[in-house]
Amino acid sequence: MTSQVSSPAEQADGAVVGEQRKPAGRKDVRRLDRVIIRFAGDSGDGMQLTGDRFTSETAAFGNDLSTLPNFPAEIRAPAGTLPGVSSFQLHFADHDILTPGDAPNVLVAMNPAALKANINDLPRGAEIIVNTDEFTKRAMQKVGYAASPLEDGSLDGYNVHPVPLTTLTVEALKEFELTRKEAERSKNMFALGLLSWMYHRPTEGTETFLRSKFAKKPDIAAANIAAFRAGWNFGETTEDFAVSYEVAPATQAFPVGTYRNISGNLALAYGLVAASRQADLPLFLGSYPITPASDILHELSKHKNFGVRTFQAEDEIAGIGAALGAAFGGSLAVTTTSGPGVALKSETIGLAVSLELPLLIVDIQRGGPSTGLPTKTEQADLLQAMYGRNGEAPVPVIAPRTPADCFEAALEAARIALTYRTPVFLLSDGYMANGSEPWRIPELDELPDLRVQFAQGPNHTLDDGTEVFWPYKRDQQTLARPWAIPGTPGLEHRIGGIEKQDGTGNISYDPANHDLMVRTRQAKVDGIDVPDIEVDDPHGARTLVLGWGSTYGPITAAVRRLRAAGESIAQAHLRHLNPFPGNLGTVLRRYDKVVVPEMNLGQLATLIRAKYLVDARSYNQVNGMPFKAEQLATALKEAIDG
Amino acid sequence: MAETSTEGRGTIEALSLVPKAVARQSMKDFKSDQEVRWCPGCGDYAILAAVQGFMPELGLAKENIVFVSGIGCSSRFPYYMNTYGMHSIHGRAPAIATGLASSRPDLSVWVVTGDGDALSIGGNHLIHALRRNVNLKILLFNNRIYGLTKGQYSPTSEVGKITKSTPMGSLDAPFNPVSLAIGAEASFVARTVDSDRKHLTEMLRQAAAHPGTALLEIYQNCNIFNDGAFDVLKDRQSAEEAVIRLEHGQPIRFGPDNARGVVRDARTGDLEVVTVTPENEADVLVHDAHAASPTNAFALSRLADPDTLQGTPIGVFRSVDRPVYDTQMADQLDAAIEQNGKGDLATLLAGGDTWTVVG
Repeated sequence: MTSQVSSPAEQADGAVVGEQRKPAGRKDVRRLDRVIIRFAGDSGDGMQLTGDRFTSETAAFGNDLSTLPNFPAEIRAPAGTLPGVSSFQLHFADHDILTPGDAPNVLVAMNPAALKANINDLPRGAEIIVNTDEFTKRAMQKVGYAASPLEDGSLDGYNVHPVPLTTLTVEALKEFELTRKEAERSKNMFALGLLSWMYHRPTEGTETFLRSKFAKKPDIAAANIAAFRAGWNFGETTEDFAVSYEVAPATQAFPVGTYRNISGNLALAYGLVAASRQADLPLFLGSYPITPASDILHELSKHKNFGVRTFQAEDEIAGIGAALGAAFGGSLAVTTTSGPGVALKSETIGLAVSLELPLLIVDIQRGGPSTGLPTKTEQADLLQAMYGRNGEAPVPVIAPRTPADCFEAALEAARIALTYRTPVFLLSDGYMANGSEPWRIPELDELPDLRVQFAQGPNHTLDDGTEVFWPYKRDQQTLARPWAIPGTPGLEHRIGGIEKQDGTGNISYDPANHDLMVRTRQAKVDGIDVPDIEVDDPHGARTLVLGWGSTYGPITAAVRRLRAAGESIAQAHLRHLNPFPGNLGTVLRRYDKVVVPEMNLGQLATLIRAKYLVDARSYNQVNGMPFKAEQLATALKEAIDG
Repeated sequence: MAETSTEGRGTIEALSLVPKAVARQSMKDFKSDQEVRWCPGCGDYAILAAVQGFMPELGLAKENIVFVSGIGCSSRFPYYMNTYGMHSIHGRAPAIATGLASSRPDLSVWVVTGDGDALSIGGNHLIHALRRNVNLKILLFNNRIYGLTKGQYSPTSEVGKITKSTPMGSLDAPFNPVSLAIGAEASFVARTVDSDRKHLTEMLRQAAAHPGTALLEIYQNCNIFNDGAFDVLKDRQSAEEAVIRLEHGQPIRFGPDNARGVVRDARTGDLEVVTVTPENEADVLVHDAHAASPTNAFALSRLADPDTLQGTPIGVFRSVDRPVYDTQMADQLDAAIEQNGKGDLATLLAGGDTWTVVG
């Protein structure tokens, strides 16, 4: 039996507790500092649910964790095919970790397609649990296995556990009045039970979950629980699994507080509800279903008792249009979408720039162009967010860095929108949206005060002494215009997308006025109060790695590896992409080399080079997946040496 | 079900949440300080005057009235109303107004749009506003031409129309806005003519009183690019022949001495115009705007000849009660609070499985 010991490079991720055998009854228990498990099966096999449950058990146990769901765009791709494989990777540890892990230590493969699609990601010596029942001749032929990989020696370098998962599940459920097909559906719970035994996961949560999920079908709940327990017992009794593993809670990794596991989209939805409360404004979401953003619409639609209005529009344009209408009426207005939706919303974003109303545009980026890769991640909408409109139409852009950080990013986006009366882009991505990690639940008094003052009366005195309301008379500090909502007596005014006269807001085609208004709108965005960027540079490095968005985890993991190997490298990560932090130019010029890893072809690097005349180098990957820490470390090492 | 009286029907329900004006209002109160910039002689002036003249009758606080428009000549309308207003982007006014109306039940929201704005670039938003039955009053100025872009054919232009973009004649079959609206499940559809101030005002009155989306098609003359398009309906003599005035509860008769009438062809089930005789008088259709079935309203919308406009019905084709979107949205919020209590953020954030790390 191969035991799982962290490689030296992996140990650089944090403090390592060495392997330690602990006799427990007749089976060995080994202690690990971290494990990466990948569940893989057909898209109908329930792998996402299995992964979610294992994650919840792991979170409840107190490990640090990071997840990477990976699934096809098709709801039910043809069964047993490579494109139909759905997987869920989970990295958990007794210390602070940053990524879902590069290479799984354990693969659970529910069928030949799942084995074939994932085997190349596994290091030699990894454990593979295969459902042998699915390795029929036909199923293997379907994915191009001429001979059974379980028998032809091709898996010799791995530690393979052949388990007839389907048969065992059906056997375990024979007392239930279920058809064979119905019983087979619980095989994912059998696998979950087995893995839960292997890694000493608490089981109460899953049983409670199953009871509640199938509350209306108690028989199905009982069958799933029975399968789950059977999987556990199978691990405990069978000879094939001689060892189980402990990964201690990550007590040192977390500051004091109450924690929960949270995905990026859930954190973002909660951030919007929190922003609504902190601003004391009703939340209005106008949205059209699109992967991978729809979960925010689903989540917010559950919280009507917070005064949240969700409007599923007829199209992307109506989604943002309705949101803008609600913003005019005094709501905290949001639209959620992905890249193709942003393209459709562009004209309305331009109108929002011209109307100078607060509006949040949440873009959960996915692979592009066009429909691209709906369920895969990418960061290629940055330039679209920056420049994808007609005319000079500056829009602030901010990006969260991890799933949990989506909460704070939503509050920050709301702060900027409300303070400066402007649309704001919030750029998340599919990796952050669906991935999850532990989140310290904030106390409410830690949240920012986002309250705004609507205009209440005249703000200008004409030469003849008349008091009037000018909708485009600006706050001298922020350059924000007053927000005068319908229902306020005496402030009746008309706004629109035609150029407006400075101050009065009346239609104006005057050349000098247009020049002034274009420059003023730009100055307003340029002048947004943005915190300085912090640089992590303990050793006075000569190379800086600069990132934005969800690359934070992989970049930080890579930097740790390099430092552990004695290299010197500085790291900085941008939350604000428009405007950039005021000190960014100074920071960039401090280093001989600046490397910008991005999941695009160099969009931030382009902006940096244009604005600061810094010879920033791009390191790019656009394969729909997050960077792997090791690969990034290698690239950064080359940059340091190059 | 179907009510019989049209006068003041639904007034209280449709506008009950909108605050009333404190003082008596006049037409002047609704004129903004902006210079009106339509071409001299444009039908839009008459519509503006009619709307400004009608508004005091509603007696609503004018700060609670909002006009939202798209793009086109008619869409300049909000600038001239001394209410809140938004001149938005091409075709999107119904979407923007939907967000505003559904988040602010205390507002009276009006959409001003044209045949290009509402039926071409914004067709999708129009039909979805109608099917949702949001509390919006949509004034569709139909001049059967693109005016602001200087004279291209529109989605209501007749086939074969010679315009700048169709020198050999337009190939597009036109939309019939009333048919389209009825097909889109509109709960209120009416038609009027810009120059008939009295009828136009009556249609505004009924639209305003209707709970839900009201679509009012207004035949409007563009004297620059499509002059005289509706002359047959305006000239006193020809109008008598051409116009069918729909009145709820009345037999559908028109023409000199009301000699013509609309009857159902027993064989095809379709409607047709006949000369009324003592024998067929009892067969003349009695207009029921509140009929649950849209069948007759739709058939009436198909009566007119699209080229000559002979037999054009004006008035309320259809006015039925249907649940109003924004009211129901507000009701769901109330129901959610009733069921789950007012949302508590701390409880929400701490939901699900949690664990505590102590120092």
